Order: sequence, then C-alpha cells, then structure tokens
Amino acid sequence: MSGPSALETFDRLRERFADGLREPQLRRLAFALLATGAGLAPLMAGSAQAALSKMPTDGADTLLMLIGSALVLLMTPGLAFFYGGFTRSKNVLNCMMMSFFLMGLIGVLWVVIGYSLSFGTGFQSPFIGGLEHFMLNGLGGPLGDGPLADGFAISSSSFALFQGMFAIITPALISGALVERISFKAWFWFCLLWSLFVYSPMAKMVWGGGFLGPFGQIGALDFAGGTVVHIASGVAALVAAAIIGPRTTWPDNKRPPHNVPFILLGAGLLWFGWFGFNGASMFASKTAGYPFLTTTTSASAALLTWCLLEWFKDGKPTAVGAATGAVAGLVGITPAAGFVYMPASLIIGALAALACFIAVRIKAAIQFDDSLDTFMVHGIGGTLGALLTGLFAEKALVPADYFPLSAKILEEGGNVGMFIAQLKAVVISYGFVALATAIILYILKAFMPLRVSAEEEERGLDFIAHGEEAYDPMIN
Amino acid sequence: MKMITAMIRPSKLDAVKDALVAIDVVGMTVTDARGFGRQKGQVERYRGTEFKVDFLPKLKVMLIIPDEKLDAVISAISTAARTGEIGDGKIFVSPVENAIRIRTGDSGVEAL
Repeated sequence: MSGPSALETFDRLRERFADGLREPQLRRLAFALLATGAGLAPLMAGSAQAALSKMPTDGADTLLMLIGSALVLLMTPGLAFFYGGFTRSKNVLNCMMMSFFLMGLIGVLWVVIGYSLSFGTGFQSPFIGGLEHFMLNGLGGPLGDGPLADGFAISSSSFALFQGMFAIITPALISGALVERISFKAWFWFCLLWSLFVYSPMAKMVWGGGFLGPFGQIGALDFAGGTVVHIASGVAALVAAAIIGPRTTWPDNKRPPHNVPFILLGAGLLWFGWFGFNGASMFASKTAGYPFLTTTTSASAALLTWCLLEWFKDGKPTAVGAATGAVAGLVGITPAAGFVYMPASLIIGALAALACFIAVRIKAAIQFDDSLDTFMVHGIGGTLGALLTGLFAEKALVPADYFPLSAKILEEGGNVGMFIAQLKAVVISYGFVALATAIILYILKAFMPLRVSAEEEERGLDFIAHGEEAYDPMIN
Repeated sequence: MKMITAMIRPSKLDAVKDALVAIDVVGMTVTDARGFGRQKGQVERYRGTEFKVDFLPKLKVMLIIPDEKLDAVISAISTAARTGEIGDGKIFVSPVENAIRIRTGDSGVEAL
C-alpha cells in the first residue's frame, strides 16, 4: 500500500470533492434520490465477470482470519459491558446477557445453517444463500483448509468462523434499544428469526455475491459491515423500539448510567476487537495494515471530535462522550476501512462523531426510547459511513477483479457515481430490514408478550429473567 | 450519655476520625448516606441528556459519648469537617438512655 504521501492524498481528495460538487452529476444525484426513494431504482446493467486465479491456502492470511475472529468475538462481551454500564443496577445482568447469550445461540445457529444461508449458492438467488453448507459441510479440504475461493488465500474454515463472529455481534447491537423491558423469551426468538431472515439475506446480498454487492446489481461497497452490521442493527433497533415501546420509567423517571467505568471498559474492548472486525476483513495479511490503521485513526478523530463538541457546548468533556465518540468513529469507518486512505478516515471519523452527536441530542429532545442509542450511533454512523465510502473510495483500492461492478462505477461515474450506488444500497437495506424486522416482531407478538409487565420492570429484570442479582439487592 | 449523629462530606472522614481519636473518643460507626439540605442536588449530563441528581453522597458518622465530652466532640467535628462551603453537613445531638457491651454485659458509661 505504498500510496502517495498523506498531504498529496488529502489535497487530491479535497479537489475531487470540490469537483464532484461542481459536476452536473449532482443533478443526477437528486434524480437518483427520488428514484431510490420509490424503491425501484433503475438497476445497473448485468455484473461483470471477474477473472480471479486459483491460489493455494496461505498460512499468514489464514492466521490473520483466526486472530481476527478472536478479536471480533471479544467485541460481544465488550458490547455487554458497554451497554451494561448504561442500565440501572437491577437490570445489568439481563442487559449483558442479551449480548453474551448470543455467543451461544447464534454461535450454534451460524454453523448449523446461518453460514450456508449467507454464503451458499444453492438457491441460485441474489438474496439468500443455500443449504449446501448445512453443518459447515463442503468447506473444501479435509479440515476446511482449502482456499475460500479463487483469488483468496484464506482457508474456507477461517472465513466461516470469522463471519460467524459478525453474525453474533449484529443482533447483540440491537439489544441496546430494547433493554430494561423486553422479555428474555421474546429476545431469544427474535434473535433466532432475525439472524436467519434478516442477517443472512443481508450478508448474502452485500458480501455473498448477491444483489447489493460488487458482483450483483447495485455494486455497493461495504468493507466490513456498514450495511450488513450497523445499518441492519440500527434500523432493526429503531423499528423494534417503536413496536415494543418505551420503558415505563421513560422519560419521566430516568436514571443516569449505573457504572460509567463499565462503559469505558466496553468501549475499549470494542475498539480493540474492531482491529479484527475491519483489519481482518482485508482477507490478506500483507495489506491488512492499512485497514488496521484507518480503523484506529477514525476512532481517534471521532473521540476527539465528540469531546470537543461537548466541551464547547456543555462546558465539560465527558467519559461517556469519549466512549460514544470512539464507537461512532469505529462504526463510521467500517464500510470504508480498506477503500480509503488515512486522511479520509480522519474526516469520516470526525463527521461520524458530529452526526451521531446531533442524533443522540435529537433523540433526547423528541424523547424516543431507543434506550442506549443503537440507531443513533450504529444506524446514523453506519449510514454516514456507507455514503462517505462512496465519496472517498479510491480507485486504486477497489480492484476490478474483486469488485467488478464497483470498480466500473468508480471508473465511469467517479465518486459521485459510487455515492449514488451507496445511497441505493442504504435505501434498500433500510426498507428490507425495517419491513422484515416488523414482520418478525408482529408474528412473535401473536405467540408471546414482547415485554415484561410493569411490575416486573419495576422489580428489575436481573431477578425476573434470571433469578440473579448483580449487586447486593439492598442498593438497587 | 449523648449520641452524636454527624452528616459530613465523604472526603472529610479521615480528618474527622483523626480529630476524634485525638480527644480520646474510643469508637465510631460510619454509614454511607445520600441526602440533601440547602445544597440541593446537582445536574449530570450523559450523551446530552440531563439528569437531576437530588441526593448527594454523604457519610453518616454515629458515636456515643459521655456527657462531659460533648463540647470537645462537637468542636472537633465542626473544625475537621468544615470547608466553609454549602454542603459541609450537620451535627445532631440526642440523649441516650443506656449502653450495654454485649461481650461482658457492662452497662452505662462503662460500656462505651
């Protein structure tokens, strides 16, 4: 990745951004907005066929995936701490279990059928995989040690493992919007169905050679999960919070976070794990340094931005703000990490922090109970990141062999064309996830109450759902 | 005998304890407490949402003393716990009928 110097790159980015605004393409953008708004965007003509050569499995590349998998797994307990710190002390175990438990539920579901539905090809569909990898059958090689596919030197088992960690954390992110009132039974069934009918189709469409991705119809770029993970979880959180409703204590009897150090601990673990999330999504160890770099620079810029905004506006930078800003920056850079140079990562981080900062304040003002700001951070940050990926993607980092349609769009339409493709993917993702999430919840509602009773909410979900208390019950 | 109940700033505990030990007070009990007086509460802000925290952390120091030590104890606590700002706390004095040491059965001032 021996690109031009950072300053040159920055100048070039700035010029391109200014050029983009002058071009008549901006008018086309307005048209595209209208077209995609109707959900029936004129689809890009058929996908180009890639010419990737067969490669033997490489040890270093595969090791990157294994380390990456361990890092991403750690993000789920990290998220449990991040979220757990925000709740009341009588709900902290339930909140943390909503994440931690999924390492069991989705961990099993993924290897049984989730991977196959996400990355199989059996159904010949651009929207869903197949059943041929049931129980991780047919990975290639006696130990799944065969290469994943032409053009990839990582082993197929390491890929299936790595993707499983993403499948675990994505529904866990949704929990932030629903804590302190959703019943654990409803959460169990929601995550099971959502993973099969929302996450797997999203992964297929974006990464599995499906409709939205570079081998499909839209050609959108999503390096490590801006749409699949963050928009999907954010939009699902928004819809679910609207359907399930606010906590009985919201907004009149709200309480501050019960353990701010947990929030910092969780944010730290998330940041650490995100090196795997984005860095290992390069699937090649030699070039993984750059997404490792852009990941952390974006988070740094976002943390700084958030704290400066608070300092300026409220007079004090807060610990919760530093943690939230860092996460916003990590979310923002996720779709872009391997497609942009470092200066763009600073801009993406700063803008993600600004957008999420405004979003959480709007949420507070309109008193919508997305309790821990899942949509405001992951939805807004993911959307902004996805769109900025279009504006800042570098042709040199989007090779045509691996991203045929996206490279073609960049070649012909430049970054504005790429922005439009990203926008289409965002709109389609919002529509699909919102609709599918709502259907799942209404079906579940026919079989079980989605939330606990007001009395149970008052008692605290640690005892009601699990028969445990995190701390001495005297101090609840 | 008198019971002294002093509400103090948590940060003043060591100073109060040292001042009492210096005048030969032989025991005290400390409890975490939350409360407000003229100081009222404080406003905290998390992600831009304001939370009014009405009850501030204090420590409740309880000790039983012989009558003749009353003035010295009040003066020791007042001096040690004072910053001059609102929120320094209060001292309450009440009479005590009896005291019994459980181990020996001693009662009255002997038991202190």
